[in-house]
Amino acid sequence: MKRPDPSAPVLARPELDRPVLLDVQDVTRLYGPGKGCEAIDFRLHAGEVLGIVGESGSGKSTLLRVLAGLEAPDAGRVVYHRPGDASETDLYAIGEARRRALLRLEWGLVHQNPRDGLRMGVSAGANVGERLMALGQRHYGQLRAAGQDWMTQVELDPARIDDAPRTFSGGMQQRLQIARTLVTRPRLVFMDEPTGGLDVSVQARLLDMLRTLVRQLGLSVVLVTHDLAVARLLAHRLLVMRRGRVVEAGLTDQILDDPQHAYTQLLVSSVLTP
Amino acid sequence: MTPILTVERLGKGFVLHGQGGLALSVMRDLSLELHPGECLVLAGPSGIGKSTLLKILYGNYLAGEGHIRLHFSDGPLSLTELPAHAWHALRRDVIGYVSQFLRVVPRVSAREVVMEPLLARGADAAEARVRAETLLARLNLPERLWSLPPGTFSGGEQQRVNIARGFIGEHPLLLLDEPTASLDAANRAVVVELIHEAKARGTAMLGIFHDEDVRERVADRLLPLESFMAPSLAPSAQPISRGLPHA
Repeated sequence: MKRPDPSAPVLARPELDRPVLLDVQDVTRLYGPGKGCEAIDFRLHAGEVLGIVGESGSGKSTLLRVLAGLEAPDAGRVVYHRPGDASETDLYAIGEARRRALLRLEWGLVHQNPRDGLRMGVSAGANVGERLMALGQRHYGQLRAAGQDWMTQVELDPARIDDAPRTFSGGMQQRLQIARTLVTRPRLVFMDEPTGGLDVSVQARLLDMLRTLVRQLGLSVVLVTHDLAVARLLAHRLLVMRRGRVVEAGLTDQILDDPQHAYTQLLVSSVLTP
Repeated sequence: MTPILTVERLGKGFVLHGQGGLALSVMRDLSLELHPGECLVLAGPSGIGKSTLLKILYGNYLAGEGHIRLHFSDGPLSLTELPAHAWHALRRDVIGYVSQFLRVVPRVSAREVVMEPLLARGADAAEARVRAETLLARLNLPERLWSLPPGTFSGGEQQRVNIARGFIGEHPLLLLDEPTASLDAANRAVVVELIHEAKARGTAMLGIFHDEDVRERVADRLLPLESFMAPSLAPSAQPISRGLPHA
């Protein structure tokens, strides 16, 4: 059998270890026994989409609030490693003002309910421009152009830049919230059930859009969802939570195809497939 | 010549917690070597663990016992000890997989489904598009279908989209799980051609082919799996050990 020349270049090793962006160390935030999250430990690498799955009450939303800087943990540390910067930022050791600046300038948060992430009283364009203004941009024409550009990127009609978000459908509002969050090019984005409140027909379009944006912008994402199908399509890795703790962690396909923990097996086998 | 992939004494079992901890051992002591430019075909009746092996090599299943190593120019990499976060880059650049079924985001066009592995590496979109269309044309997928999402396609059409998506990335290691199962003779011949071209590039392939004619035409070697099958369906109170090398 003819084989290629043995002296041909052999297999090159790809870059497998991306830098750590977020280092979560033994984080606990409890409201009561088993309510909240407990002893959570993981690292998020640059360019990764990490899904946190579990049923309601599993503590995944509490964990997301702690990670996103909205709620201090009872114990443990959330450490941010800024790319290209050797120093580390301990999210809850820095002052409130610095933390807020970090959330505004380098991170983004997409709420499940777009009304929590948007300002409903001002125009779509102002919603997109607001985070840019917080970064110091004042030029009206540029803000407006960025608004139109981002509305196009999330497949909204840029002609509706002066319309208030309340005149948009739920799916359109969610896309506007995503535009508002991503306009500042955050490195790290937290998403809480981003497709949760939407009709199934709208979900698919949003999923595709999120995948494309993650790829094009090189985003790192922590995604909370109870929907395993959404997790399969968006997340590279999964953490499975139950009663405040992580019961299993691994590659998304492995968690869903070869779950090891009894609870994950139950969760995966309970999904209805049409 | 140095193999690209070595598997040593691989074993696999499943513990079904919903069935009272029923332990199923499905594979044991499987060893193989795969070289660049060769196509090794897994043989044996269905249920013997052919797909299981491919799924372990692609990270979908955890290995129970044994070692799997990829051999890079700068040394080996153990897949059995690979942290989960490293699989993404490995799948993007090194290990490709053509599964029997297509799993994609609904409403994404067939063309984009095929382009995606190249886009994931940061390839130019126009170039990725040309290559995707070339492959779809070679696989005789009618042009009017290219801009439609494959969800509503026939089984054979979906499989051709899947094959195009699997081959476009020209991964050095390609896992093929019955890529010709629902294809007609003309399209089976195209797949055979694609496999021959991949071999000429030095791609190492591990495949399952039920079609005897295709198997004859692509296989450099056959690996019968019967001898690696564990005594099947042995209920046991003992948990199956995982992640431990053979003592």
